[in-house]
Amino acid sequence: MARMKFLCDTERCIECNGCVTACNNEHDVPEGINRRHVVTLKDGEYGEKSMSVACMHCTDAPCAAVCPVDCFYTTPDGIVLHDKDLCIGCGYCFYACPFGAPQFEEQNIFAARTKMDKCTFCAGGPPPDNSAEEYRQYGRNRIAEGKLPLCAEMCSTKALLAGDGSIVSDIYRQRVVRRGGRPDTWGWDTAYDFKGSKE
Amino acid sequence: MITLSKNRLNGYLTLGAVLLFLLGCAVYLQANGADPSNPRADFWRMVRSGAPGYTAVSSQGHSVLIHNDGENWREIRNILIIDLSPWILGLTLVAMGLFHLIVGGDKLEEPRSGVMITRYSLGDRLLHWYTALLFIIMAVTGLSLLLGRAGLIPIFGHVAVASYLSIAKLVHNWAGPLFLAGVILEFFAWAGNNIPGKRDFEWFKSMGGMIGSGPRPHTGKINGGEKAWFWLMILFGATVGVTGVILDFPIWGQERFTMQVSHVIHATAAVLFVAASFGHMYMGTLGSEGAFEGMWRGKVDKVWAKQHADLWYEKVAGEE
Repeated sequence: MARMKFLCDTERCIECNGCVTACNNEHDVPEGINRRHVVTLKDGEYGEKSMSVACMHCTDAPCAAVCPVDCFYTTPDGIVLHDKDLCIGCGYCFYACPFGAPQFEEQNIFAARTKMDKCTFCAGGPPPDNSAEEYRQYGRNRIAEGKLPLCAEMCSTKALLAGDGSIVSDIYRQRVVRRGGRPDTWGWDTAYDFKGSKE
Repeated sequence: MITLSKNRLNGYLTLGAVLLFLLGCAVYLQANGADPSNPRADFWRMVRSGAPGYTAVSSQGHSVLIHNDGENWREIRNILIIDLSPWILGLTLVAMGLFHLIVGGDKLEEPRSGVMITRYSLGDRLLHWYTALLFIIMAVTGLSLLLGRAGLIPIFGHVAVASYLSIAKLVHNWAGPLFLAGVILEFFAWAGNNIPGKRDFEWFKSMGGMIGSGPRPHTGKINGGEKAWFWLMILFGATVGVTGVILDFPIWGQERFTMQVSHVIHATAAVLFVAASFGHMYMGTLGSEGAFEGMWRGKVDKVWAKQHADLWYEKVAGEE
């Protein structure tokens, strides 16, 4: 059985936030919630790198470990999903998650938390596949349609990879072998003075 | 057999030496010009150190790629707090049961006189029961949230427990500030009566005469044990109340780390608070015959007052 994985190649990510926009649109997520976000380290400095991050569908998921109502489950594909009918909105998954994946709507009185929302690897949730109920609660179920997550599918530089972990790592390994210690783009070190700026 | 002429051999050797020299130069230049650090490893180190970056999606904590403290919080909550708290609460109950079997509750030493003395005013009693009721609600809902996954889901199933806990969370969140208000009011109402004195240490030597055969220590209106509970209640109540308010209202920009620390303090103090409250509930009912009516109806028997609060009894009797 495939184990689904995300991988973001920092040598390729150009911080276009297309993955974030595509995800929000595909799943019609409520305002204020972003299931995916792009972080840029050393923004505007030498060595700037960006990375797109969402739920990483951990094998030993901290969110699932701390949930008081045990509403998380892992699909046979290794995708971590949750049941919003059970979720009580305590926010413990938000405390535990290293990637900031669990999201809550914040416009309630005293910012009281309602049902948690997070990336589903485009695999929906417990209701029947591609039912109206599933779409309303979790967004589209592309996995059931035989497709991969939209964020990775539409990534313009193919920085974000999603799919069977062994295939994703094969693709990434080929890239690493080909580019060696150099940046992915030919001439990048010349253009950006890769060696000269280090004194 | 091929034999090389001497001139040709010298030529090859010279060429080899020149090539070796050039290769050495190339290695030297490359080594000098190269960056000794690995930029990709540096990037990963930055990520693991939790260095914040820029993100267009500005929800809380999103500027950091990997938060390490979530795993620490998970270990502390799931391993220390959840595994230890049933033992703390259970052993407290066992210890109290053993105390009741071996030492037993404090009975009235003389038959009831039927003469009742006012001990707590209606205001005192309303304040006490307001806070006590909220305390029980907070304890039951809070312990359900902490231990329900291990203790309730195997019995009642996911759906029933999730519906109960969604109500429990709401009740816990809304009743919490009301409980804190009760603790604060109790502090201002009763702190004056509960200032510890030398007499209270005497009281503890024999637990007010419950242990040993010596004479009962002289006691004012509030004895050492009651004062100790009062200050524990204020300490735990304030701790649980303040950390609870931090957790309850994520509207003041408190960070996730603040909430993790608050949760650990909140849960730890709450479990100890509940364990200590068992002692108070025992002493107010089974542990001391005739004490409960003082807080329920406001009046105690003269015999009880003489036995447990002799100095207060003399003062009240003198006034009448």
